[in-house]
Amino acid sequence: MSIVSIRGLKKSFGEHEVLKGIDLDIEPGQLICFIGRSGCGKSTLLRTLNGLEVLDEGEIEIAGHSLSRKSKTDPLDDKFEKKAQALRKHCGMVFQDFRLFPHMSLLENVVLAQTVGQKIPRDEAIAKSEALLGKVGLQAHKDKMPLQLSGGQSQRGAIARALALSPAVMLYDEPTSALDPELVDEVLSVMKALDQEGMTQLAVTHEMRFARDASDYVVYMEEGSIVEIGAPDVLFSSPKDDRTRQFLRKFL
Amino acid sequence: MKAASREFWKIFLTASGTPLVVLAAAAVGATFSFTSCPDARAAEPIRWAADTESGAPLVFQDPKEPTKIIGFEREVIEGVARHLGRSATLVHNSWDGLIPGLSRGNYDVIINGLEITEERKREISFTDPYFVTFEQLAVRRDESTIGSLANCRGKKVGTLKFSLAQTMLEKFGGIEIVTYEAEPTAYEDLKNGRTDAVLLDAPLAIYNAKPNPALKLVGAPIGSVLYGIGLKKSDTELLAQMNGALAEMVKSGELRRIYDRYNLWNPLMAERFGDSREAALEPPTMYEYYLNSTNRERTITERLKLYVTFLPILAKGALTTLNISLVAMVLAVGLGLILALMRLYGPKPVAILSLIYIELIRGTPLLIQLFFIFYALPHVGIRLSPFVAAVLGLGLNYAAYEAENYRAGILGVAKAQSEAGLALGLSNRQTVRYIVIPQALRIVIPPITNDFISLLKDSSLVSVITMVELTKLYGQLASTYYDFLGIGLLVAMFYLLLGLPFVRLARYVENRLTPTEAKEQRIGLSKRLLGRALTSSLK
Ligand SMILES: Nc1ncnc2c1ncn2[C@@H]1O[C@H](COP(=O)(O)OP(=O)(O)OP(=O)(O)O)[C@@H](O)[C@H]1O
Ligand SMILES: [Mg+2]
Repeated sequence: MSIVSIRGLKKSFGEHEVLKGIDLDIEPGQLICFIGRSGCGKSTLLRTLNGLEVLDEGEIEIAGHSLSRKSKTDPLDDKFEKKAQALRKHCGMVFQDFRLFPHMSLLENVVLAQTVGQKIPRDEAIAKSEALLGKVGLQAHKDKMPLQLSGGQSQRGAIARALALSPAVMLYDEPTSALDPELVDEVLSVMKALDQEGMTQLAVTHEMRFARDASDYVVYMEEGSIVEIGAPDVLFSSPKDDRTRQFLRKFL
Repeated sequence: MKAASREFWKIFLTASGTPLVVLAAAAVGATFSFTSCPDARAAEPIRWAADTESGAPLVFQDPKEPTKIIGFEREVIEGVARHLGRSATLVHNSWDGLIPGLSRGNYDVIINGLEITEERKREISFTDPYFVTFEQLAVRRDESTIGSLANCRGKKVGTLKFSLAQTMLEKFGGIEIVTYEAEPTAYEDLKNGRTDAVLLDAPLAIYNAKPNPALKLVGAPIGSVLYGIGLKKSDTELLAQMNGALAEMVKSGELRRIYDRYNLWNPLMAERFGDSREAALEPPTMYEYYLNSTNRERTITERLKLYVTFLPILAKGALTTLNISLVAMVLAVGLGLILALMRLYGPKPVAILSLIYIELIRGTPLLIQLFFIFYALPHVGIRLSPFVAAVLGLGLNYAAYEAENYRAGILGVAKAQSEAGLALGLSNRQTVRYIVIPQALRIVIPPITNDFISLLKDSSLVSVITMVELTKLYGQLASTYYDFLGIGLLVAMFYLLLGLPFVRLARYVENRLTPTEAKEQRIGLSKRLLGRALTSSLK
């Protein structure tokens, strides 16, 4: 049983077709890394998965919640935004630039979606948030404002914030690209720990070492299509497709 | 974002509703309480209007007791009211607004040196004249060539704008006319040699030029000027009653006694009222009282003492100014947010409506808007008390500017932040409410504070709709005491003091909303700039 299933997913911006029909199934508990050249549509794929971009055509199903459209000309009914919102509640998203809310403390950042979005009692939400901050090693910093945190701390905070939803799936869009090299590992090790716990994770990344060491599958994309999917040891050492090989040559 | 518009009305209620509802209720309440029943009028006081900045001797502040308004016209109307078994209450209004205010029903009569002219008779009706005077020429004491208008040909003569004297000078021809807003400045310029003579109504000359050691009155009376009490054309009953009362006051000598005390009796009145006794200064003479208490050669200490007596009355005016500004700002901030949300998240027609409102308000002068609200709305049955009109005028105006502040603030909260909210499963409304607006508020606090300080200053405009606030008081006091400089500085200080707490408050709020690190950086910077020793000694 796959927890994420994508069928014939298409998305264009104006004339520019960015996703040209993506099909993908992901089993629970897997860590999937998406790699590819800049502009090939990786971010767009993630953003379309949780409805931040509206898909043109195809079907997405995540943890039992689906979004679908027959064609781009299909009028968007009122239900679409509701459905997208329901789906997002099961789908944590971590952005390259952290996007913590600067007007509230780290703890409040983690609490907000629980009390406002999920109507969980505040004391319960605080307890859960503190536990999550502990898990990402930030319990000592919970009362700080986001601007007082380092990049690595901010990104771990953003992961804790996304985890507060108890999501079925985590989406990461280049979570370490904005970090100083010495801070990259503290974020990646949080992702590895989550993998150990059985979290399903989809990560767009340029960290080839991480993709090779930690992921269950690597997806190579080019110009809006998936070129090759493979277990990391296979894909990195003997890619089937020439295009994958050419891309990887730069890194090896 | 489609869904945003669906959530739109809900955001309104959550984010901004309350202060407006209260205000609207207040406005409605005021509307009804202001409409009085005409039948019960006989027992009610006669409401008479005057510009309290007209200056002595018409209607002016008691120099010894600035909260009191005195003047021969007050005594005349109170005498008339007494004869009719009624009392009289003063309604302040600016000179320009006197006739519009009458037709709007703000008061029953005007008595304020209103000359009886054919032109005015077309709009309102006049009682028989209660005062007759003439135009008086004044020159510098050392001037010996000017004794009549004929000598003024080719010279500069000062007078008041739109006065009868101005018309007279124009008709006479060959004279270079210089017009002024107020008589003190006209005589001041004469003294300083900017003009060669000043032609004005005799009472003004007697009270302003005659006591001035640098000036003298010359020549025979020129023309004749009749002052009448102005009424609405429809008020024929009151008109007849007042004419009766005036006639009685002439007969009993009551009217004459007023003019004797004010040193205003003249041959023209003797002729018209059939009273040929010599003019006399009858005690207690108001003229001497006025001259003594407004003695212009004050020492610094006398001056300071005088200013101290102004403080309570100015404080009261400041309170009115503050009151109007605060309520107007609450309205502006609330309505501004609504307008901004309408424009950003509303369905297209709503967004366009908001845009039209904003452009309309920003494209027209505030003064016109105030006049419109106060004088035009009654024609469609909406009568607002001066306070409500002032608050609405300022509030509705500033709302347009606040809306633009909010819009910039909301747009300044990057799309990235909204997405982060949505990605957490929050609805559009929750995202706007918990993520966008709080951050936007922080961005807009500095511009809103600045706007509040301009609103404090713009509130001076509401003196045109009969509100007596700081600026109105300045006009009154300065024209009574001939002290535009000192009193001006005093009033300016009051405005500064009013604004200061809000500047501080804004800084405080901004600091609270700014992350500590930024604050620390700022402190660090000031340390570097000032030096460690200085900052630690400041702590
Ligand atoms: N909102 C948008 N409007 C128009 N074009 C867009 C938009 N978002 C992305 N694109 C275009 O879609 C294409 C794919 O963008 P996307 O951000 O998905 O690439 P990416 O694979 O994430 O690249 P990178 O590695 O640089 O992040 C690019 O050509 C980009 O310019
Ligand atoms: Mg990207």
